[in-house]
Amino acid sequence: MIAIVEILSALFLLMGVFLFLVSAFGIIRLPDVYTRNHAVSKSSTLGILFILIGTLLFFFHQHGHFDFRIVLAIIFIFMTSPVAGHLINRSAYHSGVKMWDQSVQDDLKKRR
Amino acid sequence: MSFQILLNAVLAVTWIFLKNEFDGSTFIIGYVLGLCIMFVFRHFFNDRFYLSRVIAVIRLLLIFARELISSNISVLKVVLKPKLDMQPGIFAFETMLTKDWEITVLSNLITLTPGTLVVEVSADNRILYIHAMDIADKAEAVDSIKHTFEKAIMEVSK
Repeated sequence: MIAIVEILSALFLLMGVFLFLVSAFGIIRLPDVYTRNHAVSKSSTLGILFILIGTLLFFFHQHGHFDFRIVLAIIFIFMTSPVAGHLINRSAYHSGVKMWDQSVQDDLKKRR
Repeated sequence: MSFQILLNAVLAVTWIFLKNEFDGSTFIIGYVLGLCIMFVFRHFFNDRFYLSRVIAVIRLLLIFARELISSNISVLKVVLKPKLDMQPGIFAFETMLTKDWEITVLSNLITLTPGTLVVEVSADNRILYIHAMDIADKAEAVDSIKHTFEKAIMEVSK
């Protein structure tokens, strides 16, 4: 039982770190702001959620201490990070950042 | 809805007074009993029974979690693929939702959907401009937004 909880929290931490790594690779590899934003706003959200869940499990099991601040942090990050991604995208578009040259469609341009 | 919750709490407090036991477990028993009474008299409320709305909210949260995981898997595939052969683009999506909070929840959900990110909401709140990682998947994305998300959000607000 003890080993299961330890392995589970280690697994959560490793998955979180892996997702962070992938989102960092995404920032380096992907061609423009919009596609980079895809990688950042999704992978790092789930990455930090996994890391926080792993921490929660670890402290609950080692010290019998259930920290509600971690739960709050999970909720706050879950609510705010998609909004941040949207706002960065929107301000990039309005300040005229070009999309990647292989982009095929732009419905928003037709409007103006 | 808030009226029904308040009524439920008042019924629970009444139960505490009847039993003359002032603790949490008596409150919970009273709350459940009050819920049963309110379920019997549900046709007398103008609104629908509030438990069904609570269930709809929980279902929406589960959809959020599922979408977050599947979108991460798809981002992982794109980033770790040796060749960058996706075709990004922005497409317009017409929504049926009208209230502000519904559109906020919908655009949050779209941002967490595989391969889509909201760029702009039009001034009259009717069209969402969505940046798609791969425009070839557009039809599928629109389909899932229309059938899963809009329906789940309407289920909460109706």
